[in-house]
Amino acid sequence: MVIKHKFILKTENAWSDASEPLLCMDTGSWRTARPVLDKEKCNYCGLCALYCPPQCMKDMGDYYEVDLAYCKGCGVCAKECPRDVISMVPEGEFTDG
Amino acid sequence: MAKAQKGQVRVITGNAAAAYGAMLCRPDVATSYPITPMSEVAEQLSAFRADGLVDTEMVEVEGENSAMNVVTAASMAGGRVFTATSSWGLVFMYDAVQQASGFRAPVVMAIANRETPGILAVSGGQQDIISMRDTGWIQIIVEDCQEILDSVIMAFRLAEDFDIQLPVMVNYDGFYLSYLATAVEIPEREDAARFLAPLKQQPERPKLVPGEPLSCGTHGIEMGFMELRYKHCAALERATTKLDEIDKEFGEIFGRSYGGQIEEYRTEDAEIVLVTSGSATGTARTVVDAKRAEGIKVGLVKLRLFRPFPRKRLAEALKGKKAIGVIDRSVGFGWNCGPMYMEIRALTPEIGIIPMLSYIDGLANLDITIPHIERVIDEVSAAAQGKPYQEVTWIPMEE
Repeated sequence: MVIKHKFILKTENAWSDASEPLLCMDTGSWRTARPVLDKEKCNYCGLCALYCPPQCMKDMGDYYEVDLAYCKGCGVCAKECPRDVISMVPEGEFTDG
Repeated sequence: MAKAQKGQVRVITGNAAAAYGAMLCRPDVATSYPITPMSEVAEQLSAFRADGLVDTEMVEVEGENSAMNVVTAASMAGGRVFTATSSWGLVFMYDAVQQASGFRAPVVMAIANRETPGILAVSGGQQDIISMRDTGWIQIIVEDCQEILDSVIMAFRLAEDFDIQLPVMVNYDGFYLSYLATAVEIPEREDAARFLAPLKQQPERPKLVPGEPLSCGTHGIEMGFMELRYKHCAALERATTKLDEIDKEFGEIFGRSYGGQIEEYRTEDAEIVLVTSGSATGTARTVVDAKRAEGIKVGLVKLRLFRPFPRKRLAEALKGKKAIGVIDRSVGFGWNCGPMYMEIRALTPEIGIIPMLSYIDGLANLDITIPHIERVIDEVSAAAQGKPYQEVTWIPMEE
């Protein structure tokens, strides 16, 4: 058997000091709907970031942006937003996903 | 290496032998939740600690599952660790057992084998080893009290070897060996330390240190997971020959060696071979001698390493024989034969198509007696001569 796979880990087990990504999972690919935020209406209250389970709401100073590499599209942010600023748009409507 | 000085000979039980073995290796952390028939291991080790013979931290736990988690964690922090259990206790730590091997934690665990849950049987049997077959541990099965002590010491050498980094179970028959007191030579502490010294020469494993961010065994899927499984299996493969080397070196220093993966007894010119494991091997050896005196060319293979399975060594030992009989002290559910028989049967491409007979005996404290083994040899011998035979026999059921 010829091993073509280049080892990800230098050690025998999954040791990581977090200096580089370890077994990084592209959870963004699981998403069926994407949170879309209306920057004009957002008052930067931060509840979406507080509730987001995998901390995918990136703090941009006066509004939040979704980290699409990891957002699984659960919709908690849209549900919790008091101003209904976030809407869940089906992934099929985007060409980049 | 220079030979060891003669150790003190004491009459001790198998459980005490396991504890002496652990004590000589000076574990940093040890823990165990009491269960028949191995409780004495923890009692003895605690006594050694109380007497100041070791500075092992004995952690009090509320169950076996915690016991395994404690030693795994302590091992990840760089410690030498030891634990012991039996049967239901082993089953209760099943998830933690797999965690330990997945984490590649070099835990050493003594197991006094006992029947597993289903029917309450506080009695000897090897079913608990079988239930741990696929946990990724190294499983060694021993025959007598001296071998328990020596194997625990060898287990630390094997587990902590940088090329291996895997947990090791040292299995001995509960009730038969756990409570059997025999003369055991206890090596001197400095000789045991000398035997383990090469472990200090190797590169250090990564370890968890308070205040330094480091994680181990964190979630991984797809290629990362596959890679770790691949490495784990490769390490198990390396453990086969490594055990032979360690056993040989132990023999050179202490004057006792056990054949490594398997022990062959009068197999060289044998026409038929008996395969046994654990304490029944002693009985089998005397029967083989008696049958040899009658002119039957019978040999004996003691299976010492059950996981990883000693495929190469067994194939070499069994190749060219006319028939094989395998005695199991456990059952292979769904196959209606002994588990060890099942695995040896899987070696057919290597050893050729010959009669292979499975014998199930000695469950739940039933003795594997001299007449039983005589019967096995007679039947295997008849099968070798081309006579019809029964593939699987539950010996006590036919008496």
